[in-house]
Amino acid sequence: MKIMKKRPLLFLLLLPIIWLSACTSGQVANQDITERIAVASTPEIIWGVKADTNLFGLYNIAKGEIEGFDIDIAKALTEEITGSADNAEFVEVTSKTRIPLIKNGNIDAIIATMTISEERKKQVDFSDVYFAAGQSLLVPNDSAIQSIEDLNADTTVLAVKGSTSAQNIREHAPEANILELENYSEAFTALQSGQGDAMTTDNAILLGIIDENPGYRLAGAPFTDEPYGIAINHGQENFLNEVNKALDTIIENGTYAEIFTKWFPEEEVPELN
Amino acid sequence: MIEILTNYNDVLIEGFINTLIASLIALVISLIIGTLLGIFQVSTNKLLAGIANFYVQLFLNIPLLIIVLFFYVVFPMFFVGVNGFTAGIIGLTIYTSAFIAETVRAGILGVPNGQMEAGLSTGLTYGDTMRYIILPQAIKIVIPPLGNQFINLVKNSSVLAMVAGLDLMYYGDLIASETFNTFDTYIIVALFYLIITLPLTYLMQYVERRLAAND
Amino acid sequence: MDFTGAYSWVNIRFLLDGLLVTLEIAAISIILSFIIGAILGLVRYMKVPVLSFLAGAIVDIIRNLPLLLIIFFTYFALPQIGIRLSIFWSAVAAMTIFESAMLSEIIRGGLNSIPVGQMEAGRSTGLTYAQTIWYIIIPQALRAMVPPIVSQFVALVKDTSLATIITLPELTHNARIVYGQDTNFVIPMFIAMGFLYWVVCYTLSKLSKRLETSNA
Repeated sequence: MKIMKKRPLLFLLLLPIIWLSACTSGQVANQDITERIAVASTPEIIWGVKADTNLFGLYNIAKGEIEGFDIDIAKALTEEITGSADNAEFVEVTSKTRIPLIKNGNIDAIIATMTISEERKKQVDFSDVYFAAGQSLLVPNDSAIQSIEDLNADTTVLAVKGSTSAQNIREHAPEANILELENYSEAFTALQSGQGDAMTTDNAILLGIIDENPGYRLAGAPFTDEPYGIAINHGQENFLNEVNKALDTIIENGTYAEIFTKWFPEEEVPELN
Repeated sequence: MIEILTNYNDVLIEGFINTLIASLIALVISLIIGTLLGIFQVSTNKLLAGIANFYVQLFLNIPLLIIVLFFYVVFPMFFVGVNGFTAGIIGLTIYTSAFIAETVRAGILGVPNGQMEAGLSTGLTYGDTMRYIILPQAIKIVIPPLGNQFINLVKNSSVLAMVAGLDLMYYGDLIASETFNTFDTYIIVALFYLIITLPLTYLMQYVERRLAAND
Repeated sequence: MDFTGAYSWVNIRFLLDGLLVTLEIAAISIILSFIIGAILGLVRYMKVPVLSFLAGAIVDIIRNLPLLLIIFFTYFALPQIGIRLSIFWSAVAAMTIFESAMLSEIIRGGLNSIPVGQMEAGRSTGLTYAQTIWYIIIPQALRAMVPPIVSQFVALVKDTSLATIITLPELTHNARIVYGQDTNFVIPMFIAMGFLYWVVCYTLSKLSKRLETSNA
């Protein structure tokens, strides 16, 4: 305990030296997750999930647990890999905390509405696509904004920190102002209070918001492809392969379709692979 | 580290300036409000003293973040929308005023009772005694703690980052999540804060020593 | 506004769960930072060559940084150099690092406020340096230190709210989860959250007043 406390102090003292070593040392290797699961008596898999995103990962206060599409997929995958869905442990993450957490080794995998991108591949590996979303705009019903083309220098778009959505807006509507907030509920509160003219993120998440808040609509068709993947730290190829294999299995045996229809009854089950 | 500085120097400087502006505005307004509240607290007018005490006891004991979030989240539901920067400044001002009021009150009470009696006995009114005798002496007592309040204010202004307040911490956080080089980014942000707070700290220590030497 | 729904037992229990985490974090950090702060403060007061200077430098750097930055640092940056802490312990580490620095400054100031003559008097009666500090300086300094130390503890309790940013399930975090799910709950949650923090902090500061009067 004392060492844990003292170390940060010491490190602050030795700032210049640490800085040099931090630049050179890179990432400390994690224990192989597959090996850990093989030898553990209770083979837990720790998943990083959202807790503020309706339909994907939302905290159910009465039950004291997080529920959603991502959670059910994670449970199904855990069952395939370890033999029981009860071995799935869930840790709440935000767009901002999820990559540091997986680098940190606190979680084994991220299944949290995370888009596969080249930039992120420098940090983590991705599984095959498990959900195909696209970025869209959420506006009040009476808004003049009909599509991404209507964004200009006079409009402010609300996005969530640490997500790709702000970068996409910069590409598709370079004129528009962007304000980045901590999480979806704060971004939506900001939209409700007129801090911005539109909120942007993946259509699937926006549909979850509309589901609970009538008076808002999507503006136009999605302007990007946002394939969601499960993120796993570099150097965990064995675990990544197992997750991909399990994903294939649940798609083939109909479990995936079942979970999809449970959360998106209106939508058609997509063809993955 | 050099890379972050060269690639992001514009946003870092913008954040640095916003942090300074937010701190200065909050300082000036909370000095005025805080001083008035501090004087009210020791006033013989029961109503004024009651209101001032209520204010101080309320805001001394509620986290700054809650006050800022209140203005950011709740305020717009009834009045007008405020952006994170403004909500942050309002929250900082309300919060810091309570601390300054406490400092001022302690400063006034630090002046011996006899001074007030002496002032009144020479025919001065309560207000005049306060203004010409008590407050000038109290100022000497409150300068060092007030300096500390300003340093706290600069540090506390980082709460703006939690409401997209475009301050140094907000941009630092953004750079960290874009570059993933959290370590170097936070060291740079730390250095920027120290540029403001360290000289202030040493200045206050110097002032404190000078005041002590004058006694 | 739906106050009855907001204050359902389920939500209240969730807030109280958060309050419990807040109190746990605060209690652990108070104990740890008091110990470390006292050691740092004493080291600086005793003017040990090199050690006092180093302690002073560390304290001056840390107490001049925003706590939020230190929270980010312990949570996001330390893993980059191989130090991994859970959410709970990185919050505790950040609070402790920051509050130790603040407390050490209070303690050093308190010790310095005791006139030099006291030390000389102690030594001349045959007490050792350490004995003089322990039996003569510290008991007198404590009287001056108790109020600012308790204020710092109150500040610490309030500061735990910042750890919501790293998804520590404390009071602020849980209240935000509740109001994030229903706009009608925003105001009731702010009232509840403000009230709970206020009660804890006000009680703590009243305790300080009692200590002050009983000490005098």
